Amino acid sequence: MKVLILFAHPAFERSRVHSRLINAAKQQPGVTLRDLYEVYPDFDVHPDTEQQILQKHDVIIFQHPLYWYSGPALLKQWMDLVLEHGWAYGKEGVALKGKYMLQVISTGGNEHAYSPEGHHGHPVKQFMLPFEQSAKLCNMEYLSPFVVHGTNQLTELQLDEYAERYATLLQTLQADRLDLQKARQISELNNLIALPPIISK
Amino acid sequence: MTNESFFYQALVYLATMVVFVPLAKKLNLGSVLGYLLGGIIIGPALLGLIGHGGEDLMHFAEFGVVMMLFLIGLELEPSLLWKLRAPILGLGGLQVAVTSAAVTGIAMLAGLPWNEALVIGMILSLSSTAIVLQMLGEKGLMGSAAGQSSFSVLLFQDIAVIPMLAIFPLLAPAGAVISGQEESASLIAGQPAWVRTLIVLGAVTSLVIGGRYVVKPILHIVARTGLRELFTASALLLVVAIAVLMTLVGLSPALGAFLGGVVLANSEYRHELESDIEPFKGLLLGLFFIGVGATIDFQLIVEHPLLVTGLVLGIMVLKFGVLLGLGKIFKLSREQNLLFAFALPQVGEFAFVLFSFAGGAALLEKETVNAMMAVVAITMALTPLLMLLFEKVIQPRFGCAAGQGGREPDQIDEHERNPVIIAGFDHFGTIVGRFLRASGVKATVLDLDSDRVDLLRKMGLKVYYGDASRADLLKSAGAAQARIIVIAMATPEKNREVVAAVKKHYPHLQMLVRATDNNDAFELMNDGVLRIYRETVDTSLRLASDVLELLGRRAYQSQRAARMFRRFDERSLKGLSAYRDDKQYVNVVRERIEELQKMIQADAYTNMMLRDAGWDRDNAEERN
Repeated sequence: MKVLILFAHPAFERSRVHSRLINAAKQQPGVTLRDLYEVYPDFDVHPDTEQQILQKHDVIIFQHPLYWYSGPALLKQWMDLVLEHGWAYGKEGVALKGKYMLQVISTGGNEHAYSPEGHHGHPVKQFMLPFEQSAKLCNMEYLSPFVVHGTNQLTELQLDEYAERYATLLQTLQADRLDLQKARQISELNNLIALPPIISK
Repeated sequence: MTNESFFYQALVYLATMVVFVPLAKKLNLGSVLGYLLGGIIIGPALLGLIGHGGEDLMHFAEFGVVMMLFLIGLELEPSLLWKLRAPILGLGGLQVAVTSAAVTGIAMLAGLPWNEALVIGMILSLSSTAIVLQMLGEKGLMGSAAGQSSFSVLLFQDIAVIPMLAIFPLLAPAGAVISGQEESASLIAGQPAWVRTLIVLGAVTSLVIGGRYVVKPILHIVARTGLRELFTASALLLVVAIAVLMTLVGLSPALGAFLGGVVLANSEYRHELESDIEPFKGLLLGLFFIGVGATIDFQLIVEHPLLVTGLVLGIMVLKFGVLLGLGKIFKLSREQNLLFAFALPQVGEFAFVLFSFAGGAALLEKETVNAMMAVVAITMALTPLLMLLFEKVIQPRFGCAAGQGGREPDQIDEHERNPVIIAGFDHFGTIVGRFLRASGVKATVLDLDSDRVDLLRKMGLKVYYGDASRADLLKSAGAAQARIIVIAMATPEKNREVVAAVKKHYPHLQMLVRATDNNDAFELMNDGVLRIYRETVDTSLRLASDVLELLGRRAYQSQRAARMFRRFDERSLKGLSAYRDDKQYVNVVRERIEELQKMIQADAYTNMMLRDAGWDRDNAEERN
């Protein structure tokens, strides 16, 4: 499958996590990376261009930090303008039908904070309900998010681990070998991805 | 004067201007030389079209000098004039005193009586305000140190004419009849000295007060009539009235006009007055220069070639030497000092007045007066050629481009190796530089305006003086190590020179180039520049989107529309650059405009550039 990463981070240059993840993605041949804040610094998202790119891919990944239980503003602007009625949804809106959507998210809080007992009270996936429903409205298959937790406490080694997992996820998607059944049920996709033997020890 | 002869004369002079000035400009000789050449050619020496009217013409056209000083006054706010007081009195005073003394001494050695020698000395110390200021202004050198010094000296000389006129009668041999026109026209000729002084002071005071409290209200009333020609008439009236008043009290009309200009420099009518007087000044000065050309007495040169050549050379070399020495004392840099000395070694237009006055006062022999007049005219005619010599031969040795007064390029610290070079640091480059600095990006700045460089350095900015189109300067600015060069010189020509130099010597540098307008942008595209910034586009669009906002449109959509427009405009600019032929270009532009209109009508423009249907969410829900 052809994978498109729509990356939205207004302060990418300060992010330890996303620089690793993006580096890992860049090393995957055949993955299209679109850095939205670099392409649209003025927020003037161009629907035509974006729609053409979407149509050439099967897996749409939104990669972004978690801001107020959602994505950064430009990602929302992108959704508002690109996912048009009559194209992405509505009676004639079938352009995205059958494609997969998933999110790659970084959060400051750890896994416990995003649990019923934790600070935030709900798992990340629950907060992502608007994205999930948007995907469904566009006749897309929504997969559980890949979440990097506790970004401030991560060691270099752990960061490398996440990058490895991300690379593996991308390869798995490209090869169309992802266990979809599990990918829908599991709350976070990162737990599904087995690490390559060298790192997982 | 009959109508026919008036029309005939007008025909001759105007045709001379229209033919010779563009020719001279084309040959890079400057307008003054064009006028002078025209004058020589239509004068009695060659075509004889204007006979011996040259001198009369000059008397008439001298009024152009008055107008020019009025305009200069308008540009000069009183505070600035006050700042110039040291160079005016010091440099100007010394120039007149030293030159007068030297010429007088030499003339006495040559056997002239002391009073004649002194008269000649004083007259020859003057330089030509008309030629020098016109020339420096045309070359954009008025702001340079040499330009300021020249202006100061010329202003002092204009003032010095008045006491000279007052002293001449005293120098006349006893019993001589004084018939000078200036003096006889003066109201106060017969008055004792203290009355004269009072009257002169009164006239100047009334000029200053009248300018502020009488002229301004009158101009206000005239402006309210909305009749443009009436304002022009008032402007002319103002200058003529000042000239008459000054002549009446025995002051120089030029000085009076200058003062009048300074008084009005702060007024709201300054630009209106400027644009009204400017064409008259230009025409009259043109006539004046033609007159100078026509009065050159070639007969005399042919008869006494050695004497004339000797006098011309002697005077100019002497004045040149004095100027050079004074420039050194007043700490002009070597190059500016040379420019200063090359600009002022001629004898000025006041010499014609003063010589005829001295002749009238029986101070000088008729032959001496005629010979000196010819010599004066020749020195004036040589000035533009000297400037040309300076520009083409002397200045290049200092490594400075023509048109930029300056000095040797600054040494750029070897250890300073910045990723960005900014070439040109006027209002455009300054903003680029300030922003980069605020963003923590180090830039090496090169600029050609030595005064600005000094000022910026005083403010603590590291700015280097130098011409970025020179490969060696780019090298010392670290072009080999830099990644980006911002080319923001003041003129498109200079920008393209820098572009050429960068392409040739440092092709790895990314060039971001300032352009003035579309045509300039096309030229740069032709030169292979990829990043071109038309200097007014963004500001104009920001203004236009503010208009939309003031009309009640929402701010976000107004600014979004402006950004879209800019993108569209830039895209079509690239398309248009393919059409270099003027006719074809116009046709394509017309097609584009039609295309744009059609698109707007068909909503295609909105579709392509402004599509935001996704925001009409409510409608979409209904449709579901």
